[in-house]
Amino acid sequence: MSRSRRLPDSVARLLVVFAFLAGGAVLVRSFVVPASLKEPGHHRHSTMAREAARPALYAGSETCRDCHDDVASRKASGYHRGLACESCHGPARAHVDDPGSVTPPAPRTRAFCPVCHAYDPARPTGFPQIQPVLHNPRKPCAGCHDPHDPRPPELPRECGACHAAIARTKAVSPHALLPCTTCHDVPREHRSVPRVAKATKPAEKAFCGRCHAERSPVAEAPKVDVESHGGKYVCWDCHYPHLPEAHPWTAESS
Amino acid sequence: MDRRELLRRLLAAAGGVFALGASRGPLHEAEPSPAETETPAYGMGVDVDRCIGCGLCASACKAENGVPDEPFYVRTWVERYVIRRDGTVEVSSIVKAAPERPPAEAEGEVLRSFFVPKLCNHCAHPPCVQVCPVGATFTTDDGVVLVDEERCIGCRYCIQACPYGARYLHPVTKTADKCTFCYHRIQRGLLPACVEVCPTQARVFGDLKSAASPLVRLRRTRKTFVLKPSLNTEPKVFYAGLDGAVR
Repeated sequence: MSRSRRLPDSVARLLVVFAFLAGGAVLVRSFVVPASLKEPGHHRHSTMAREAARPALYAGSETCRDCHDDVASRKASGYHRGLACESCHGPARAHVDDPGSVTPPAPRTRAFCPVCHAYDPARPTGFPQIQPVLHNPRKPCAGCHDPHDPRPPELPRECGACHAAIARTKAVSPHALLPCTTCHDVPREHRSVPRVAKATKPAEKAFCGRCHAERSPVAEAPKVDVESHGGKYVCWDCHYPHLPEAHPWTAESS
Repeated sequence: MDRRELLRRLLAAAGGVFALGASRGPLHEAEPSPAETETPAYGMGVDVDRCIGCGLCASACKAENGVPDEPFYVRTWVERYVIRRDGTVEVSSIVKAAPERPPAEAEGEVLRSFFVPKLCNHCAHPPCVQVCPVGATFTTDDGVVLVDEERCIGCRYCIQACPYGARYLHPVTKTADKCTFCYHRIQRGLLPACVEVCPTQARVFGDLKSAASPLVRLRRTRKTFVLKPSLNTEPKVFYAGLDGAVR
């Protein structure tokens, strides 16, 4: 009985060998397998944390506005209203952290503005473009145009110069022959300060009824009962005025 | 030790191990993740009609993310499409903001021409993640495809696999690199650098789950398309006003 309680020597040696192997495997695993693989879930938190910890060099226009309120408000009413400060002045986080010693550059040479405003046939119609070699050669752009509130020296004559997408749409619509001023009252100043002097838009159904009401004198316009048609909704909730879907041929057949 | 005692001890040991495991909780403890609706699903929208091809986005991306200045190392770029009357399509890439334009075609023979900004599409089914042999690239909870540069071995399989050509091998780290939607910026509530500097708001960024995001607004008001829909990668970069010639 006592003999059977003791392990045979061969088994004991085997157990020692196994113990070493198991211990070695645990040791190697703890050194070789990166910590991120042991994390729960299949997402790599270490990578996400490393990416999230990288410094952001662009501070954002909101941050600029905190100090440069005057420039921001001047810019907000002009053609460059949608342009972020750092589009021209470059990344400015360093300037935010230490405004005294770091000043973001202001591009004052003729090399910069043509990045956006040089003529390129692929640019959308209505976007202001120049030929840099012909347009007042060698003069700095900022001499004539305030970069924070640029004005075209010659005011646009047609609405489509700026509202090209709408003009293109309207040109193929039943409203093609209506000038923009049929529906919009456009103050003269709208052409120089578009965000200050805004064009009006129709506000009520009766406006469309001037042509589309049953008793309207405009014979060629499709007629509806403006009061009841569409219920509580105004006309442009369903019909896009620059491309109303009622084509002349469908109107004739009805 | 007779057989009965051995069995008893084994059972006791098994019970002890089980009790120990139960006291430590489940092996893969569920993360305290926020509710499904609170995890954003980031995406980008591009209005092709607004892009003026200035390349400020590509330059800002290089500055923000430390991408080498040489051409061909780009996380985002702008392609200029020129479609001729005879049907041929010519594509040139703008990889940084420069006043010099790609040479213009003779006006008469050009049918139409436009710019298409390109970047990583952060696909819902990303081919690059499938092919990575070491699992270095993965999708985060908020839908951004990232590369673990410490695990990447630089084998370039993902660069080959990406149908959008959005990846490159970083010449310094010798690992695959790509757009991260500026992960460090969006985690702080900032916009990606390319969206921040875009002068015409051709790029919009937002949460696909939030009805108030500018991206959802773009998708509501415009008909949007994705690149190479037949591959079923389900990109999260949506193009409004995309021409059929764009590949």
